[in-house]
Amino acid sequence: MVETLGIYRRLAFARVRADWQYRGPFIGYTITQGLISVLDFVQIAVIFGRVSSLQGWSVAEVAFLYGTSSVAFHIGDVFVSEVEFAPKRIRLGTFDSLLVRPMGAMVQLCADEFAFRRAGKLVQAVAILVWAMAAVSVAWTPARVGVFVMMLVAGTAIFGSIWVITSSLTFWMIEAGEVMNSFTYGSAFATEYPMVVFGRWLRRLFTFVVPAAFVNYYPALFVLGKSDRLGGPSWRRFASPFVAVVMVLLASFVWRLALRHYRSTGS
Amino acid sequence: MIISLEDVTKEFVVYRRAEGRWLRRERVRVRAVDGVSLSVSEGELVGYIGPNGAGKSTTIKMLTGILVPSSGVIRVAGVDPQRRRVELARRIGVVFGQRTQLWWDLPLRDSFDLLRYVYRVPSARHASNLDAFVSLLEMSSFMETPVRQLSLGQRMRGDLCAALLHDPSILYLDEPTIGLDVVSKARVREFLSAVNRERGVTVVLTTHDLSDVERLCSRLVVIDHGRVIQDGSVASIKDRFGEFRTVVVDLEEPGPPLVVPGAEVVKVDGPRQWVRFHRSATTAAAVVASIAATAKIRDLTIEEPDIEDVVTAVYRLGALSSPSGTARAQSPRE
Repeated sequence: MVETLGIYRRLAFARVRADWQYRGPFIGYTITQGLISVLDFVQIAVIFGRVSSLQGWSVAEVAFLYGTSSVAFHIGDVFVSEVEFAPKRIRLGTFDSLLVRPMGAMVQLCADEFAFRRAGKLVQAVAILVWAMAAVSVAWTPARVGVFVMMLVAGTAIFGSIWVITSSLTFWMIEAGEVMNSFTYGSAFATEYPMVVFGRWLRRLFTFVVPAAFVNYYPALFVLGKSDRLGGPSWRRFASPFVAVVMVLLASFVWRLALRHYRSTGS
Repeated sequence: MIISLEDVTKEFVVYRRAEGRWLRRERVRVRAVDGVSLSVSEGELVGYIGPNGAGKSTTIKMLTGILVPSSGVIRVAGVDPQRRRVELARRIGVVFGQRTQLWWDLPLRDSFDLLRYVYRVPSARHASNLDAFVSLLEMSSFMETPVRQLSLGQRMRGDLCAALLHDPSILYLDEPTIGLDVVSKARVREFLSAVNRERGVTVVLTTHDLSDVERLCSRLVVIDHGRVIQDGSVASIKDRFGEFRTVVVDLEEPGPPLVVPGAEVVKVDGPRQWVRFHRSATTAAAVVASIAATAKIRDLTIEEPDIEDVVTAVYRLGALSSPSGTARAQSPRE
């Protein structure tokens, strides 16, 4: 495991060095990525220019949701979203070379397609989260800090799993990449707002189907000491780690299935 | 046996548009490999040849564990390649002639360095292998050049080195000489034969270039329509299928084309004449005797059958002898 991480680090660094050969675009892209995602948050700020709270959530509290979701999403984006390149590599025929090496295909794929420029967005997400944590009126007890750390870890695992699952599905539907994006980016967008602003069917979708609500909404209820206006059971506030484990297991199963399918069709 | 295949079959399901029906697809089963049985001993250098679509690459992919056979049993180095793919990867080297395994934007040396970690090769072993291959393949002048700037021949040498740095006991090559010029081809062949001879690496290569086979391989396996249609030493196959041989004679004086029973003169160049005969019609001895009776011979050589002609004959006879050979696609299923 430690050895695999070491190899991952070398392969990912090789990719960064390769990208650095084209450093103009590399730097430009990293900076613009950060700037563009600032606009994302500006959009939320604009809403609060008109209203002082969203269904009982203050601007700082929504910023907290936005920050936790973005940090989790972009850590996943930096390290796991590379699995999206699987169908492209299958089309180009370069997927096979991953399968003849003595390492898991997913680790190699994620390292090989590692894109440092995505870290630009992560910086912006961390900045907003830090601001939100200072602005919300919360007494940071050990329990709250614990749940807060847990939500970032579980959130990253949930988003990462969504990426792996949707990318695995493209093994069967090579052209379905755009549809799959609506699950990944769609769930990231949904978690930037409190679940209460959505209609009932969307809330159910994000709780039971694509469990994005467990990334931040439910644990945030506990951290921020808020009541769930929707009256969901209170255990949901602590369920994120279990949801994350289930999602990771599911993702690993679907990925294996996809690999198995590829290896028997060779498409 | 380091490699064995027992009655291995690989079917693909392909979709094609149904005739006359818009938006309707037909499911068609295509048998790319059809009951191949084969075994390779340690240290052999086997040429696996066949026309496009004969099932060569599919077989190689099954041997590496990339593809799972539809039926049959495969053992490579004692294990089932599909189940133990990752573990087996350490013991095999693979070169896909059309696609490089090297890191495109980095200096060649970096690829070798990364592979040391991926395959977890002890650093002293890696260094001594690298030294040996760099000098054998004459790569020292372009080790610091990014792979994307290498010529095709240089890149192929890089790929060969990359596939062997971890001391694999088996090396698979899919079209290793495709697109290379004559000099590069020769260099690749020399290298492969050295690796096979000196390191005892078992080599299986697919190729379209029959001169590869002739110069390199101790054994030839001919596959067509997914079936093995010939398997033997290059010499024995030539012997069986080389239908025509040619006696080249240098006469004392230029003259009209000779008349030889059972043979014909195919070319005349001054005093030199090429007399070709079918092996069923006569023998080299009879042809030479007949020429000596009518003209003065200064020198003569006997040309062995050309490998291209031999393989053409193998394909032709193979297609005749396998009844289902041409009807690969079975009846469509909905």
